[in-house]
Amino acid sequence: MSTQAPHAAYKMKTLPRTMTGAEAVVASLLEEGVDTIFGYPGGAIMPVYDAFYDYQDRLRHILVRHEQGAVHAAQGYARVSNRVGVCIATSGPGATNLITGIADAQVDSTPLVCITGQVGSHLLGTDAFQETDVIGISMPVTKWNYQITKAEEIPAAFAKAFYIARSGRPGPVLLDITKDAQFKTLDFTYAPCTGIRSYAPYPKSRPDDVIAAAALINSAKKPYILAGHGILLSQAQEEFKAFVEKTGIPVASTLMGLSALPCDHPLYVGYLGMHGNYAPNVKTNEADVIIAVGMRFDDRVTGDLSRYAKQARVIHIEIDPSEINKNVKAEVAINADAKEALLALMPHVQERSHDAWIGEFKALDKIEHEKVIVKDFALPENSIKMANVVERISRKTKGEAIVVTDVGQHQMVTSRYYAYRGQDNNVTSGGLGTMGFALPAAIGAKFARPDEEVIAIIGDGGFQMTLQELGTIFQENTGVKIVLLNNNFLGMVRQWQQLFFDRRYSSVEMKNPDFIKITEGFGLKARKIEHPSELDGAIDEMLAHDGPYFLEVVVEREENVFPMVPTGASVAEIRLE
Amino acid sequence: MQKKLFTIIAFTENRIGLLNRITIIFTRRHINIESLTTSECEVEGVHRFTITTRTTKERAVKVVQQIDKLVEVIKASLHEEEETVYQELALYKVDARQIAENGLFTAFLNTIKKYDAHIQTATDDYIIIEKVGRRVEVFMLLDALKEYHVLEFAKSGRVAMTRSANDLDQYLRDVEARVAEEAHEVGV
Repeated sequence: MSTQAPHAAYKMKTLPRTMTGAEAVVASLLEEGVDTIFGYPGGAIMPVYDAFYDYQDRLRHILVRHEQGAVHAAQGYARVSNRVGVCIATSGPGATNLITGIADAQVDSTPLVCITGQVGSHLLGTDAFQETDVIGISMPVTKWNYQITKAEEIPAAFAKAFYIARSGRPGPVLLDITKDAQFKTLDFTYAPCTGIRSYAPYPKSRPDDVIAAAALINSAKKPYILAGHGILLSQAQEEFKAFVEKTGIPVASTLMGLSALPCDHPLYVGYLGMHGNYAPNVKTNEADVIIAVGMRFDDRVTGDLSRYAKQARVIHIEIDPSEINKNVKAEVAINADAKEALLALMPHVQERSHDAWIGEFKALDKIEHEKVIVKDFALPENSIKMANVVERISRKTKGEAIVVTDVGQHQMVTSRYYAYRGQDNNVTSGGLGTMGFALPAAIGAKFARPDEEVIAIIGDGGFQMTLQELGTIFQENTGVKIVLLNNNFLGMVRQWQQLFFDRRYSSVEMKNPDFIKITEGFGLKARKIEHPSELDGAIDEMLAHDGPYFLEVVVEREENVFPMVPTGASVAEIRLE
Repeated sequence: MQKKLFTIIAFTENRIGLLNRITIIFTRRHINIESLTTSECEVEGVHRFTITTRTTKERAVKVVQQIDKLVEVIKASLHEEEETVYQELALYKVDARQIAENGLFTAFLNTIKKYDAHIQTATDDYIIIEKVGRRVEVFMLLDALKEYHVLEFAKSGRVAMTRSANDLDQYLRDVEARVAEEAHEVGV
């Protein structure tokens, strides 16, 4: 790749100066408006770390305790701020430790730039100390990657990386920089990338498609909107709300789309998918027109595809053309950014209401309420149920906290019962389902929005995967609130073993340590509660506390999460018990 | 759905590692690549990939969409057999001594003539035949040469073109204009 890079458009901003490649990395990050990065040093990236030393006032580097913590923190940062998250690691094991988080960002469309050090270019391919083919390893899980072997490549590579990461359907990008490129000097000039000829991230909606979609919507008898992550990525919440209110169509949300419409909006009918609400799932197979906005018909949402919405005419509003007709056939596809598509549709859709249709959802809600929700919120005398913890946190924070969940039963319970009302407040690992995500992601989220409440809700399994990041919290005094729902089991797997494997509990029981001793050892204020009577007071204390707080809530050992669409079942076969 | 042979043509930037990115799209879906040819094309700096694969139409469409989506791929398209003009090149190394010993030289030369192939290299030990043509012809010749003891057989990938009169250069100029326009919209 030449410095001139004729195939990408650049705009010139700064005057040339001579500096080292390592300094050019810092200067490029500053040019891209980066002020926070998460990382862990090592041999092959040391020149860059030396350059950081002189810019501490402008570029804040957060030292994590494991590179996986760095990439998850960068994800949490990006999710709540709509900015590109940046993480940095050394070569070899440092780089490979990033892969889980990069794969997570890829499938959940999170913009990241990951910087890895690499051995000197003369050592490439020699099995040198801490050398790995990170370009090869990260290829399937990055939107783009590039190995920088010459200092003069750095500014253009960074410009291109940031542009690719944040544009169109966002995703992770990796830049691998050889040590000699970090040492050598270059004349630094920076020009942000504004276009690449082989890459078209913003397809424009076509008038024919918009008109066809509007016609379908206007004549629909049982229209239904499925709201996904694309609405949040497009920052189209206002346009979406206006569209929904004009058309009067009920809206259900995917896991990643939660909070696209506030949970208390009259047209919001619930959460879709494997552990979603009853009505939204069942009604999918009764709608005549389905409008899917910024969602990709993931298998957790659709269940068995051969029995999913076969009766419906589907309108798919989607920025990534390869997602259209991938899982579900679309009668009309609007291949565009969600905001652009919704604005184009508005003048063509009629003002309508569908009270009777929405009433059908409410009728099914009643059944879910009786068979599931009442049980979830039962108040046994001597044990605590997960839903109660989440609901109280939701109420006490008015649904406006940034909630970061790990993976498992607690994640599903939180998705069901935290009434999201804020903007970009739902942070979870959706497509990859990475345990250990929440603690570092919460740290990243807190750095992005330090004046807001950031609450991590984690299970005892996931917590132990990345609990070393308590060290980061300790060093930085990051005021995250951590709620550990401890059932001493790998709950979700245990549930499946109970339901589908005859209760043969194979390797799911956890003999857990004293979490309070551990978290106090890391300097956090910590408290453990086991009795329901302590719940309110403990949550209040946690929320009132200034600084990081760890609340362990011992919950019922064998609680199950319902409703559930088992794998291979149709969404209409959703189980209530 | 039944499997067919498809040809995928992709125009790309000339980048290290892009071949890898394209092939893992196939590996991931457990689809075999039958042949792969890459070369320069009529536009400077643009590379051309020609890939053949045997799969269902549905899967082929999805693979091409994934290739097209790659940042450094300019355009990727899917073509069925009837939509392309293509040639493949094959070399066959035959045991010369055996032909001489058994007096088969005339029969051998007639076989070559029949299949429109020609002698590329001749030594006392072996003769190398070269054939350019359609895939089915290449394999028919291989079959016919079996009685002469084939020592080695090597075949190229496919060099293919579509039957339409498209103009890559114009397409690229349109794309570059769009990129420049978007740069202007961003507020240079």
